[in-house]
Amino acid sequence: MIRWFIYLFLGILFGIILTKSEVISWYRIQEMFRFQSFHMYGIIGSAIFTGMVLIGLLKLNGGKAIDGTKIDFPKKVYNHGYIIGGSIFGMGWAMTGACPGPLFALVGAGVYPVLIIILFALIGTWVYSYFRPNLPH
Amino acid sequence: MNFLYEPWPWYVAGPLIGITLFLLLWVSNKNLGISSSFRHVCAACVPANISFLKYDWKAEKWNLIFVLGVFLGGVIAWNVIGHPELIAISDATIRDIQKLGISHESGLLPSSLISFESFITWQGFLFMAIGGFFVGFGTRYAGGCTSGHAITGLSHLQWASLLAVVGFFAGGLVMTHLIFPLIF
Repeated sequence: MIRWFIYLFLGILFGIILTKSEVISWYRIQEMFRFQSFHMYGIIGSAIFTGMVLIGLLKLNGGKAIDGTKIDFPKKVYNHGYIIGGSIFGMGWAMTGACPGPLFALVGAGVYPVLIIILFALIGTWVYSYFRPNLPH
Repeated sequence: MNFLYEPWPWYVAGPLIGITLFLLLWVSNKNLGISSSFRHVCAACVPANISFLKYDWKAEKWNLIFVLGVFLGGVIAWNVIGHPELIAISDATIRDIQKLGISHESGLLPSSLISFESFITWQGFLFMAIGGFFVGFGTRYAGGCTSGHAITGLSHLQWASLLAVVGFFAGGLVMTHLIFPLIF
């Protein structure tokens, strides 16, 4: 039960950060793709740097979770979907001005039309699942 | 406490995101990633005998609870903590989008592209329906989104994730610089 509260709490924290730093704004994403501000690059870059340092320290320390269990570090294996699917997502990112996390935070911020975008994202996910065997990977 | 009401600068937000993904891993042995929630919802609601959607989605329930938290975070940050009237983007961006006929209005996004009223216009439909479809289709095809590949993947020094991120930016740049001028 306490685990569910941890996930909920960390989700709330993530949602607050995304909203307060304006990552969820369409305008900020346009600014990023036009290279007209350091804001988004600073956020993504310093998030990766902080994560890298903390995860590096964790690995040095034996790679154990707080309860002593071994943490899995799954290795991602490249397939062509990374580039093809990635580019398709990038186009959608520029259009909707939001990646999946911000979509949910936007609904929280009261931008209810985003529910339509989420519905179409679900349709997109389903259509991908259906055609997956026929797509190059 | 005043700083809470102001937009948070990158050097506050970025490290906090890094700490969040670390805590998720250290406390719960889970890797941050949001787009898989779309897959879990599809698997739960319309599996339709598709092999990619036939798995024990209930084992991934944590991801849906995290997403519920992200939604609540949006509620708290925007409505309880407060927000500025206008998003303070650079003047160059304001000029560029005005050239496309998009005004810099109050709120998080331009209502001419994303709103219930604009959904029935061809531009609004394009940005909401096709844009949303691309987000869902593309993230699953790429096996992750900005949180899964860019932030988590690169933090773990996963070289494959770097290629996915190159794809994200390639698609975004093509859309912004080559396709937007054709749409508007």
